[in-house]
Amino acid sequence: MTDAVLALVQAARTYPGTPPVESLRGVDLTVAAGEMVAVVGPSGSGKTTLLNLAAGLDRPTSGSVRLAGHAVEDLTDGQLSGLRAHTLGVVFQQFFLMDHRSAADNVADGLLYRGVRASSRRRAAADALDRVGLAHRVDHPAGKLSGGERQRVAIARALVGRPALVLADEPTGNLDSRTGGQILVLLRQLHADGVTLLVITHDAVVAEACPRRVDLRDGRIVADTLTGRSG
Amino acid sequence: MRSRVRAADLLPLASIGMRSRPTRAALSTLGIAIGVAAIVGVLGITRSSQADLLARIDHLGTNLLTVANGTRIGGDEAKLPTSSATGAARTDGVLKVTATAGVPRLQVFRTDLVPAYRGGGVEVRATEPSLLDTLDGRLATGVFLNDATARYPVVVLGHDAATALGIAQVDAGTRVWLGEHWFTVAGVLRPFELAPEIDRAALIGLPVAASYFGYDGHPTRLYVRADTARTVPVAGMLARAVNPAEPNSVNVSRPSDALASRLLVADSITSLLLGLGAVTLLVGGVGVANVMVISVLERRTEIGLRRALGAARRHITVQFMTESLLLSLLGGLTGVILGAAVTHAVAAYRGWHPLVPLSAVGGGFAATLLIGVVAGVYPAVRAARLNPTDALRTA
Repeated sequence: MTDAVLALVQAARTYPGTPPVESLRGVDLTVAAGEMVAVVGPSGSGKTTLLNLAAGLDRPTSGSVRLAGHAVEDLTDGQLSGLRAHTLGVVFQQFFLMDHRSAADNVADGLLYRGVRASSRRRAAADALDRVGLAHRVDHPAGKLSGGERQRVAIARALVGRPALVLADEPTGNLDSRTGGQILVLLRQLHADGVTLLVITHDAVVAEACPRRVDLRDGRIVADTLTGRSG
Repeated sequence: MRSRVRAADLLPLASIGMRSRPTRAALSTLGIAIGVAAIVGVLGITRSSQADLLARIDHLGTNLLTVANGTRIGGDEAKLPTSSATGAARTDGVLKVTATAGVPRLQVFRTDLVPAYRGGGVEVRATEPSLLDTLDGRLATGVFLNDATARYPVVVLGHDAATALGIAQVDAGTRVWLGEHWFTVAGVLRPFELAPEIDRAALIGLPVAASYFGYDGHPTRLYVRADTARTVPVAGMLARAVNPAEPNSVNVSRPSDALASRLLVADSITSLLLGLGAVTLLVGGVGVANVMVISVLERRTEIGLRRALGAARRHITVQFMTESLLLSLLGGLTGVILGAAVTHAVAAYRGWHPLVPLSAVGGGFAATLLIGVVAGVYPAVRAARLNPTDALRTA
């Protein structure tokens, strides 16, 4: 498994409190390069916790999370931030765009913390926007784009650095079904182009679209199935 | 594989806050701007006025000394010897000497019809014709006394005396009623900054004072111009040179010292105003810190997003610290411009040469820098400590 982009080994995450909340209780999950995996489960099943661990935004209480070969729990804040900047792209349900800035500026921010020169960032941003079908919206303020376009900008921002792994948290959650369907088509197209995708969702339609489906319940994986659909 | 931000990206990053909320940024910098403007303005105005005063003192000359009769040990008035002027002139370092004598109990009127009890304000002073040269004075109109006119009833009026008598122009027929005699007015002097007693005087020649009013030959005040470099030692030697018998009964003074003392008074007022400026600056700093704390609270998701994009804690710290610094510097810059403008306006109004001391500008900026750092520390650390997963969780 040398090409495992993400590997969770008995990863557990407990949040302090009375009583403590065991959000993940020992999860084993390996995502290889080029895969497109859906993590499905009802709310409270630990999906978001899994995303946070996979995104290097949180550390496991026990067990191990390896991102691109690096054990997250051994890294300092600076090293983990570097890992996020260089190997990950995250797409959020709420897009998290800066509305007053242009689509290209938002996308270019995906390379900001790699120390890439501004002119190169802009070029890469234009390419990434072209890839998600928004070449005509480069200079539009993000706030003036439609919901679907905004999510495309967010996807372009995740893609702009050609990261080893793209994480998507309910990427269609804030969109109507038609627009959501278009986003799904885009994600599958990216998968076909070789992008490694981990999609967190509770939407059966999204899960259906992924070749591999991991079912999460009460902090444990209850099923890990290949649906047989290829990208 | 570390995350890093290019130095060139720092400024755009740090100015996101003020670009998205310019009004708030402007208001938050106002306190600092006012504080810096106060400091720069106070220092600028006092420095301009001091420079003006120094230039005036310089122009008037710091080498003028006056020698006056003092009192004896017993308390009765001492007289300067008749040879005082000669003694003073022989002193090493003395360039010019003029003897003058107050002629007491004489009144000056515009005409002989004014009752005696209406007099006052104008003193009669007898002088050598060299007074104008020694004092470096100038006439407003007419001519000064000379060796010839000093023997006749001719008078030259000091600036205030002429005003009191209502004489602005001098012609051949201008006369005043001086000590029960008609005196022809030869000229009117311009004001003397260093010898205000001359301004109030009606000046007549020593010979005419002797022949008309029984002047006894004892001067009451000598004006001495000394070599500028040796003014202080000359001042020390003059008492003995003027009155070798009773040097203690002679008062030697340097009129420019009175002007110079005004500089000291201005200094103490300046420090008071500077203190007020510093307090304003402090309050301004609190304002910036306040706005930064609010900004951090509002921009939680931005902070979370930046962390997700690869920002390390230090990048968040630097971003918000720089923003705070930028706000403060903006306030400082506005303040310096405002302060300099005020200084120029006041200087133009007062006719001074405007002078904005670089030390005030530099000090203002240094204080702003310090305030920016101090005001930014808490919000920046708070922003950096924010847990990214919490920051991204929208309510």
